[in-house]
Amino acid sequence: MTFWTYRRRDNLVGYLFVAPALLGSLAFVLIPLGMVGWYSLNEWNVLGGTFEFIGGENYQRLLADEKLRDSLVATAWFAAGLVVLNLTLALLLAVLLNQKLRGTTLFRTLFFSPVLVSLVAWTLVWQLMLQPEGSVNDLLGLAGVDGPNWLRGESSAMVSVIVVQVIKNVGLNMVLFLAALQGVPAPLYEAAKIDGAGAWTRFTRITIPLISPTILLTSIITIVGSLQVFAQIAVLTQGGPGTSTTVLIYYLYQQAFQFHHFGYGATISVLLFVIVAALTLVQWRMRRKWVLHES
Amino acid sequence: MSRLLALLCTALIALTACSGSSAQSGPKTLRMTVWTANEAHLKLLNEIAAEYKAAHPDVTEIKFDSIPADGYTTTLTTQIAGGNAPDLAWILEESAPDFVSSGALAPIKAKVEKAEELVPSATKLWEKDGELFAYPFSTSPFGLFVNTDLVKDLPATWDEAVAAAAGKNLVLPDFKYQNWAVLSAIWRGWGAQAWSDDGKQCGFASAEMKDAMTFVHKAIFTDKAIPGPGTTVDFFAGDAAMAISQISRAGALKDAKFGWTLLPLPKGPKGDYAVIGQAGVGVLKRSKNAETAADFLGFFTNAANSAKLAQFFPPVRQSLLNADTLAKSNPLIKPEQLQSVVIDGISKGVVKPSHQGQEELNQTIRAALDPLWKPDADVSSVLDGVCAKIKPLLERS
Repeated sequence: MTFWTYRRRDNLVGYLFVAPALLGSLAFVLIPLGMVGWYSLNEWNVLGGTFEFIGGENYQRLLADEKLRDSLVATAWFAAGLVVLNLTLALLLAVLLNQKLRGTTLFRTLFFSPVLVSLVAWTLVWQLMLQPEGSVNDLLGLAGVDGPNWLRGESSAMVSVIVVQVIKNVGLNMVLFLAALQGVPAPLYEAAKIDGAGAWTRFTRITIPLISPTILLTSIITIVGSLQVFAQIAVLTQGGPGTSTTVLIYYLYQQAFQFHHFGYGATISVLLFVIVAALTLVQWRMRRKWVLHES
Repeated sequence: MSRLLALLCTALIALTACSGSSAQSGPKTLRMTVWTANEAHLKLLNEIAAEYKAAHPDVTEIKFDSIPADGYTTTLTTQIAGGNAPDLAWILEESAPDFVSSGALAPIKAKVEKAEELVPSATKLWEKDGELFAYPFSTSPFGLFVNTDLVKDLPATWDEAVAAAAGKNLVLPDFKYQNWAVLSAIWRGWGAQAWSDDGKQCGFASAEMKDAMTFVHKAIFTDKAIPGPGTTVDFFAGDAAMAISQISRAGALKDAKFGWTLLPLPKGPKGDYAVIGQAGVGVLKRSKNAETAADFLGFFTNAANSAKLAQFFPPVRQSLLNADTLAKSNPLIKPEQLQSVVIDGISKGVVKPSHQGQEELNQTIRAALDPLWKPDADVSSVLDGVCAKIKPLLERS
């Protein structure tokens, strides 16, 4: 019997086919992930060039870190504000633009275009617009409103960062919702109309259940995305005023790259990984409860 | 599996972080990180490098790597962490304690020409145990730039300065309500300090600091002399009456369309004082060519080259610190201004606050000071708050 049986040869071909993808994810995902875990168990003094195993000390520090608590609170506010505002607005726009009216294509393009703009350029322009004498306050002035110094007030800074991010990305969710809306069979609406259902009832009883898989998808994407927002914070507020907009990933950056605590920074990123994984898992589990059907 | 992973990680760390302590033979290349991208600066640096290469054929390349000043230290430490450390690096005064104490830098005293003539107040920050770890190539005092088209009576005290600038803007270009250390150019006039000389005691809650910061707060929100948070006014474009800035910024006034002069910092309640900003250049111990790099540094900072560099970066050599020598390379500034601002400033000045773990202190103080930048702020309680926040950080080191 030869070594190269038909079956073995077949397997080898299969392994060779997946090898490039496997090597890629090994080199760029799994190994770095493992290294972050390893770094989190060490005290790494970059300047002094020392790398010392300290076991769980960084994790103990995580539990006692007051600034981390502040930053978790800021992250929760940011994520909640972003998800609620983004999904509501995206769904509203999608429903509006799903009508067969003139000009909807133009508006679809308009609302989607910020998604294509470079993130940092977008944020820099907003930074100018949000200055005390910027165009946002000029516009408010026309309406007789005396606008605040947006990026310097604790709550207005958070609101600003959320709104800038929502306008940037709402178009993406809008397109996903639009696609879902167009997949809802028209006869269902007709039947409901004949049965005497009003517009609101049709929306809540037909539209929402039928697009629920898309709602799940967009909420997962948006929540995970909200936990990874960095450039906007770095450009607009640098985590301030106070620590009001120091979200977890910005705090991680400060600890690792600004304060040179690379080991502790790695520990925070392990925490971030656990949070994202847990949130995704919970949403995935909950899909049975509120996702009506899955195609 | 986990053992394999750990082994793999260790191997990777060894590859990235610990590589290259062995000396390299054959042709050598040097890389120096700098935060200037100014063409005139780079031209001079390249000229000095070319001269060195001509005399040392084994050095084939000396590259000046411009990194933006904003985030300079972060980029530098990231390069070091990634195993891509430069051979030489400019270092900001605020990072000096971290770099000097960490052992990241190689000693250079033996390579510095006539090290005994360096002004002691300027080298203090870069020394440890009698050894010098970076050469303070730029020691730039803060001064008061005045737009003489907008201000006729030159101010001598802070009260006069703020009165003259009311409604006409007195700007601190580098402050931006973030870089609080720039305010030391004001509060030293009240005798205030961010922390004690040994770095252990917080100075923000002192009576002097409270008086000084009350003055600053009033100058912003009551007198409307210093532009408020989020407002940008450019002195160098002629939009402001005065600016507190380092004299190395005078170059930006070469093509100014308005009349200007340079004065020493106004007198505070405690009288005359001076504050200096500094930059050093050091050799990274981890460099493969540390020996060559230190040798080049010695050449780069010798008396002849220091004189050339003096046109951009105020020198710390006694022999160069006289109005005549400085006037040759600083045509924009009059000899008497050079004497009063630069020479007197360097000899009696205190360096901007710096401490081990500076960046963490920076961010903590920045955050704790944020409530101060509102019209109705309670100055005293905000400053007490700053001390409460930074006490553990000061005690740690």
